[in-house]
Amino acid sequence: MEDLNKSEIENSKSANNSLSFGEGRGEAIEVPTMAAMVAAGKVPELLFWVGCAGSFDERAQRITRSICKILQHVGISYAVLGTEESCTGDPAKRAGNEFLFQMQAMTNIELLNAYEVKKIVTGCPHCFNTLKNEYPSLGGNYEVIHHTQLIQQLIDEGKLKPQDGQPFKGRKITYHDACYLGRGNEVYEAPRSALEVLDADLVEMKRCRSNGLCCGAGGAQMFKEPEPGKKEINVERIEDAIEAKAQIVASACPFCMTMLRDGVKHHEKEQEIQVLDIAEITAQANGL
Amino acid sequence: MISQLIFFILFAAAVAFFTQNVRKIRRNILLGRAIDRSDRPAERWAVMARVALGQSKMTKRPVAAVLHILVYVGFVIINIEVIEILIDGLFGSHRVFASVLGGLYGLLIGSFEVLALLVWLACAVFLIRRNVLKLKRFSGVEMTAWPKSDANYILITEILLMSAFLLMNAADYKLQALHYGHYITAGSFPVSSLIAPLLPAGASALVIIERACWWFHILGILAFLNYLPYSKHFHIIMAFPNTWYSRLQPKAEFNNMASVTAEVKAMLDPSFTPETQPGRFGAKDVTDLTWKNLMDAYTCTECGRCTSVCPANQTGKLLSPRKIMMDTRDRLTEVGKNIDQHGKDHDDGKALLDSYISREELWACTTCNACTEACPVNIDPLSIIIEMRRYIVMEESTAPGSLNNMFGNVENNGAPWKYSNADRFNWAK
Repeated sequence: MEDLNKSEIENSKSANNSLSFGEGRGEAIEVPTMAAMVAAGKVPELLFWVGCAGSFDERAQRITRSICKILQHVGISYAVLGTEESCTGDPAKRAGNEFLFQMQAMTNIELLNAYEVKKIVTGCPHCFNTLKNEYPSLGGNYEVIHHTQLIQQLIDEGKLKPQDGQPFKGRKITYHDACYLGRGNEVYEAPRSALEVLDADLVEMKRCRSNGLCCGAGGAQMFKEPEPGKKEINVERIEDAIEAKAQIVASACPFCMTMLRDGVKHHEKEQEIQVLDIAEITAQANGL
Repeated sequence: MISQLIFFILFAAAVAFFTQNVRKIRRNILLGRAIDRSDRPAERWAVMARVALGQSKMTKRPVAAVLHILVYVGFVIINIEVIEILIDGLFGSHRVFASVLGGLYGLLIGSFEVLALLVWLACAVFLIRRNVLKLKRFSGVEMTAWPKSDANYILITEILLMSAFLLMNAADYKLQALHYGHYITAGSFPVSSLIAPLLPAGASALVIIERACWWFHILGILAFLNYLPYSKHFHIIMAFPNTWYSRLQPKAEFNNMASVTAEVKAMLDPSFTPETQPGRFGAKDVTDLTWKNLMDAYTCTECGRCTSVCPANQTGKLLSPRKIMMDTRDRLTEVGKNIDQHGKDHDDGKALLDSYISREELWACTTCNACTEACPVNIDPLSIIIEMRRYIVMEESTAPGSLNNMFGNVENNGAPWKYSNADRFNWAK
């Protein structure tokens, strides 16, 4: 079982090479940690909660670096927890292990409160939901936003602007709603408004927004074999993207990213369809 | 006089029997665990007005929405006529509202007739959708003989009631033209005047038809009222309280179990002593669920919107959110019957888990909330699934092996995968 999860991540690794965007362009990033900031007597404005996928999954690490590049580019003072970060407990909670969830939550809250964290941006809708909605009643009260909301805000403030000749102009892009962002927290517009500034050909899949179809990873499905059935959910979902004739499927969740890319692979459409996170798209459009 | 007496006895018996059954359902719902859903009342009234009264969530499927609104409006408005019928039945009067309302009465009866025809047609289309077109939404493992018959009985009954109402008016209309007996000239009959020519011309035959339809219509309504507690059609009542008690938090927020908080605090801080001994963690049977979960079960009208959008179900997995709700209701009805027959603490050796809902169903859920979003009366199958997962994981420790590995990884490495926490920041290198 572990092998399967590992192999999923390995697969993501191998496919990384075939992607033409991203990596190795723009300025180098210097990522400050909370511990270092505090030691230097500084208080960052924002904590970037990276999440497990963003930390360990090689494909998702590129989303993480894109978010850092954006933060650095607009000059927000931020920090990450680095090795002090730990799982929010989300997958444990969805799988029914409330004990483990609350153990994780209380340990994390202790750390966040010790650092006097006020505002958090997450790279993952699951971390976002857990920190925003499920931590307050356990003593963790923070202003929590998802990175697509931050990006929307920065676009609105004029701090992010697509460059001339950015690669998304005229491309056919569709957005896949992550359940924990869309239906779960009614964040439908932020990721879309990040795409609207690209002068791209935006299309919706037939199941979108509150009708969006899950990628199949939620509820701890990411960490187990699917139950027996006729088809994999991610394969079904990518058919919506194929039907919409999308060249790029934009996502806002590292787990959706894995599932959607596996779906693309299943249909052998790697040449036709790319899956990119809103943060990656924004970073590239801004030449970061 | 005798007919008034018979009417009174039947009416009183119908009301008494209905009340008794509703009290039983109320008792069954209250077998569930406590949960506070009385906060933010203004918001709750607004949700009820929008979702139940205004049927806002029906609009996602426009054809069904139009047909349903016809039956809904028709039934609510035509029930004003039932008030007149009840008064006439109890006091031996005939069209008692005619003299009170004057000219308005004609408008009222006329609009009832148009609505009755529309209800009739909508129900006919509903029957065709279920039995001829065989829409996929109305099939599935849980749609066995009884739920299918239940739906058909409801639709056929409504067609018969509307037919009786129109036929009664047609006979009345003809008797009015004959100036026969107490059949005063009152009302307007835009629909029944069209079927009147099909009726016999003789006054005595018309009186028999008029009376037979009158009795059939009102007794049918009283019988239908008493069918509700046994049927999915109970939603016409339950939709209102069920939406009032909706969950108002973001859909993705799961409740934090207070019993676990106490245990975890005690583990992290040895000086902390929990106030109460925790009961069972999660749900094995219906009595471990909250009363709102149980109210949801009695509200479900088995429309299948949840199942038709469930990613697990759509890809051939065993899970069907509608089945979760139907199983919960069936099991709760069974538990209620056990209490009636054997007293409160009877154990029939069955439970919601395994006897009704299998583990394979529970583990197929992606917690995507498509089901809760789709439900037109704000039923929440997801929280039942999660409560049952909690029981399997925390009471039985029988989660699938892969999930146990994930738990171990989160506990030891702070991540769901088997990576060392020391490597967590390597992405920045």
